[in-house]
Amino acid sequence: MTEATLTPVLTRSWTSARSWSQDTYERLGGYQALRAVLRGADGPVQPDRLIQLVKDSGLRGRGGAGFPTGLKWSFIPQGTTGAAAKPHYLVLNADEGEPGTCKDIPLMMADPHSLVEGCVITSYAIRANYCAIYVRGEALHCIRRVQHAVNEAYAAGYLGKNILGSGFDLDIVVHAGAGAYICGEETALLDSLEGRRGQPRLKPPFPATAGLYGAPTVVNNVETIASVPAIVRGGSEWFRAMGTAKSPGPKIYSLSGHVELPGQYEAPLGITLRELLVMAGGMKDGIPLKFWTPGGSSTPLFTAEHLDVPLDFEGAAAAGSMLGTTAIMLFNETVSVPWAVMKWTEFYKHESCGKCTPCREGCYWLLEILRRMVAGEGTESDIETMLDVCDNILGRSFCALGDGAVSPIASGIQYFRQEFLDLCKTQAGTGPAARADLVGAQA
Amino acid sequence: MTTPTAEPVFDELTRQRAKEIIARYPQSRSALLPMLHLVQSVQGYVSQDGIRFCAEQLDLTTAEVSAVVTFYTMYKRRPSGEHLVSVCTNTLCAALGGDAIYQSLRERLGSEGRPLGHEQTVGEPGSSGSITLEHVECLAACDLAPVLQVNYEYFDRQSVESAGELVDALRRGEKPRPTRGAPLTDWRTVERELAGFFDDLPAAVEGPSAAEETLRGTRLAERNGWAAPAMPEHVELPALPEKK
Repeated sequence: MTEATLTPVLTRSWTSARSWSQDTYERLGGYQALRAVLRGADGPVQPDRLIQLVKDSGLRGRGGAGFPTGLKWSFIPQGTTGAAAKPHYLVLNADEGEPGTCKDIPLMMADPHSLVEGCVITSYAIRANYCAIYVRGEALHCIRRVQHAVNEAYAAGYLGKNILGSGFDLDIVVHAGAGAYICGEETALLDSLEGRRGQPRLKPPFPATAGLYGAPTVVNNVETIASVPAIVRGGSEWFRAMGTAKSPGPKIYSLSGHVELPGQYEAPLGITLRELLVMAGGMKDGIPLKFWTPGGSSTPLFTAEHLDVPLDFEGAAAAGSMLGTTAIMLFNETVSVPWAVMKWTEFYKHESCGKCTPCREGCYWLLEILRRMVAGEGTESDIETMLDVCDNILGRSFCALGDGAVSPIASGIQYFRQEFLDLCKTQAGTGPAARADLVGAQA
Repeated sequence: MTTPTAEPVFDELTRQRAKEIIARYPQSRSALLPMLHLVQSVQGYVSQDGIRFCAEQLDLTTAEVSAVVTFYTMYKRRPSGEHLVSVCTNTLCAALGGDAIYQSLRERLGSEGRPLGHEQTVGEPGSSGSITLEHVECLAACDLAPVLQVNYEYFDRQSVESAGELVDALRRGEKPRPTRGAPLTDWRTVERELAGFFDDLPAAVEGPSAAEETLRGTRLAERNGWAAPAMPEHVELPALPEKK
């Protein structure tokens, strides 16, 4: 087996001075892909060839679900009748907020032009003339950087009317969110972008046919679209030289928590945590790893038993979790699993949009139980109650937020049931049952 | 549908800006979220007047606007401080000290033995050195945990001590430099930026953006000579797929 290495593609330019400026971006080859697309020897390329290229590359969505990007683009109806005749839209999901996830914000800070170039190429491919970049409101400096990049691109003729003389028009609006995790769900994001409460929509219809303003819409993640210019320049074979057959390409792995050198590590899909940990200097102060998330808090926990799981879409799923956003949060032996699970459940309870009953009520009661348990007032039957509630949320809630809320609880109990039981034992010494014991009722 | 009620609160410039926001979108209602940021930049919170103003601009009912305001955490329903201090208390930051930071700031900014509560303000709202404190969910800077934000600018790798010194400086009217982001202004100014109005964007985009952590992987690759495979000299796009 060869030694694991990093393969910076998206992160390659980040160490350059003023990497976020158009000057630096172009000096490093930026906007060459757009020129190749719009000013080829035979004129602008046929947009379907771009969709085919991205299909061939095997690029899968970097926002968590891993849906094939080219396939998503091909669902946009093309033509002059029916839904196809409506305007088409590209919407960028830059609402990064999944706990542990911290890749899109550094990307937009360090290299916003790769996102803008990706937006222009993608819009051309799906035949959209309007693109909205929905950036999380709290990511203020990203909003500045992306807006500035958009302004620079307009001035350079990469946006606006008749881009590079191709006849293609595109406007981009940078739109600030207002604080709601649920808006990272693509249909909630669309409702929010339409000026409504950000609550998910029933699917189908999918955004490809009825998205923004009921028109055909592609919603893609920042890292996904920022990958597009490199794929146009390097080709699908080049992209597939990294990663695995079903999960090709490089991916930004974000390591955080009890690790010596937390940070962003762009590696081929399929790298393992054991390999990443070598690069990141091992566990902080040598205290052993207890549990970790492969891709944010909505992906079921892994333990030290999972160090060799290939971190690609298939590998993470086969081991009982999901790749998610490759947000690897590492927790050492000093951290209580029930406490961590309780904190995550506080998050899901707060961010549940309230639209569907299983998630709204379920998250509330799960938190009540967990708080009681962490306070040392739980009982063994609480564990079964929680699993029962989880069972009533998973697959029964309106969107994936409910499924995500279940992940840390169900996996936490699966791997660390004893820790939950130990909390109940504490209770046996101090709670009502113990008092009953004292007065001899159990004797 | 215009009533004169909102006129004294929102001046001509604000009305002009509201129109500019509407012009950015194919459909006017999309302007509501940025317009609410604009309203906050004028008043320091979303007041009933602010709700009426947005409703008038967008031909919505005040109930429709209120429903949106109450959904999003960044819209404040009470007058806020010169600065908004947001402490991440999600699991990872909390495990690394975020909970302790939040508790210590509550006590430090409280008075008469009563800790400051979530979204409560110390000082006269809007006056120099006034601070609104809140605990927030994951701020997407986990590799730099524990983090907090002042007016949505990042202060990375905080401790109880550094966060305490930070709020003390803010209370004195000072504006310490964020770890990443632009120099501090005040919360109302950044709310105007969130509405899409910048005083000097080319200047504001400068400033530190990438922490050591952000660049760790790239620097490690540079040191070790690791790179993605070289791109081919010339790449032909695939031919059009055969029509089935």
